[in-house]
Amino acid sequence: MTLKTFRTVLFTALFFAISLVGYASEDKESSDEKEFDPKEMILHHVKDGHSFHLWDWNGHAVSIPLPIILWTDNGLTTFSSGKFHHDDSGKVVVEDNGGKFVKFHEKIYQLEEGATSVVFDDEHHPINAAKPLNISITRNVFMMWISVAVLLLIFLTTARSYKNSKDGVPTGIAGFMEPLILFVRDEIGIPMIGEHKYKKYMPYLLTIFFFIWINNIFGLIPILNGANLSGNIAFTFTLAMFTFIITTISGNKNYWKHIFWMPGVPVPMKIFLMPIEIIGMFVKPISLMIRLFANITAGHVIILALMSLIFVFKSVAIAPVSVAFSLFITVIEIIVTAIQAYIFTILSALYFGMATEEEHH
Amino acid sequence: MDLITPGFGLVFWTAITFLILLVILRKFAWKPILGAVSEREEGIKSALASAEDARKEMQNLTADNERILKEARTEREIMMKEAREIKEAMITEAKDEAKSEATKIMAQAQAAIQSEKQAAIAEIKTQVAELSVGIAEKVVRKELANDKDQSQLIEQLLKEVTIS
Amino acid sequence: MTITGIAAIGAGLAAIGAGVGIGKIGGSAMEAMARQPEMHGKIQSSALILAAFVEAVALFGVVVAFLQG
Repeated sequence: MTLKTFRTVLFTALFFAISLVGYASEDKESSDEKEFDPKEMILHHVKDGHSFHLWDWNGHAVSIPLPIILWTDNGLTTFSSGKFHHDDSGKVVVEDNGGKFVKFHEKIYQLEEGATSVVFDDEHHPINAAKPLNISITRNVFMMWISVAVLLLIFLTTARSYKNSKDGVPTGIAGFMEPLILFVRDEIGIPMIGEHKYKKYMPYLLTIFFFIWINNIFGLIPILNGANLSGNIAFTFTLAMFTFIITTISGNKNYWKHIFWMPGVPVPMKIFLMPIEIIGMFVKPISLMIRLFANITAGHVIILALMSLIFVFKSVAIAPVSVAFSLFITVIEIIVTAIQAYIFTILSALYFGMATEEEHH
Repeated sequence: MDLITPGFGLVFWTAITFLILLVILRKFAWKPILGAVSEREEGIKSALASAEDARKEMQNLTADNERILKEARTEREIMMKEAREIKEAMITEAKDEAKSEATKIMAQAQAAIQSEKQAAIAEIKTQVAELSVGIAEKVVRKELANDKDQSQLIEQLLKEVTIS
Repeated sequence: MTITGIAAIGAGLAAIGAGVGIGKIGGSAMEAMARQPEMHGKIQSSALILAAFVEAVALFGVVVAFLQG
């Protein structure tokens, strides 16, 4: 290792460590009187939220308020999440468009007439409030749009560089992106779907690969700690749904025959296999969804749990161990970002390949 | 539980964002990029193929040349052989002709000699006859005094002159 | 023992199973790569896919733990 790379690694490690410590300590300060609860801090991090929390300054949270969009009985209701004044316990009531709203654990409740704060029963269902349809621009949506902007910037620049060069030789960022694009084409698209049909699926595979990857990476950047987009089940659910829909639409006769009447096995076996195959049809996208969600979330939980050790033990002595371990996990997570994007893409391609495979007996 | 319940808002925004991203990137990024890459690959492939073709052509040409050379060589050999054969045939023919001519000439010569000889013999015979007649005349003139001697002599003479 | 504790034990058991599975995949893949270095890329990608399948089992355990948590 040369001195330069060593310095880079050291700097990166320091950056990660400081940011994570910064994050954890901020939680500590904001709940001075309370005992530090690592579970609450971690869940707060991995879940979605209505404001983009950057850092604390003199006990005040510095955050970007994001718009709240609700579909209530009175129609579309929008207001800024800044109106809640960082309250997350359902105490501050915002009145807008004829409804009274409170925020409790990053969820918006619409209070019934006369109620001043949300009350829950034992099952954790609100008794005096309803949950309106919430399509707010949460921090995950915000992060997603930033990632989309970055993706567009990268790939439109890449495309332009091809247009400008006369002989199709990549220059600048295209030289960096082309091997990745070719990797998706040659290692994922062609082997999994087949030489003749892969072209139709390439835009989807490329988009999903880079979309997942960049959001995995963004989830790891400490300053953007509010966003854990690819570790959110709604995100992975949507992407898995897309794969499921494309697989189902492009399934040919052979594919459906393999599901409902497996060729090449005796009749009792065919009847036995049918429900298994039908369940399998749905398990595939579900496993895609769970895999990405659980991998990324578990990574975040581990990093944050290791950092929390400092505050759980209330000792600085544990800090080096904690930082070293979380640095180690972070480095692994950097690899995992790429691997999970690859796995999601290659399994999607595999399912498309199974759906479009021709009979060959 | 909360963690693994997909929130509707994020599903909604993810679906819309992803679809828009897919459409934009498909039209403005993947199509030109993959197009340019595959065009370049096609170019490389065709260049390689044409190089291979040229190499094959070269090989064919060399093979052709060699074949032609070989053919020429065999043709030359055949021609040489033929020429030699013709030469030999001509020589033998000439020899034969000469021989037969010589025999003919010899035969003619012999025939001529024979006829000359015959003629000479005939000549000799006539001359001998004449001579003998002359001798006989002389002898007869001289000796034909007595009859006895006469006939004796004639007989003796006739005995002596037995020319075939 | 609370239900969360039991869930954690369950997640741990799932992790053991997946660990053994991924270990076996990784070991065999390494062996195969040593045997046939020219097939390196193919073996690696299939090993990754298989590991992802096995890992999914452990992740189901994690999700069950989340369900309880």
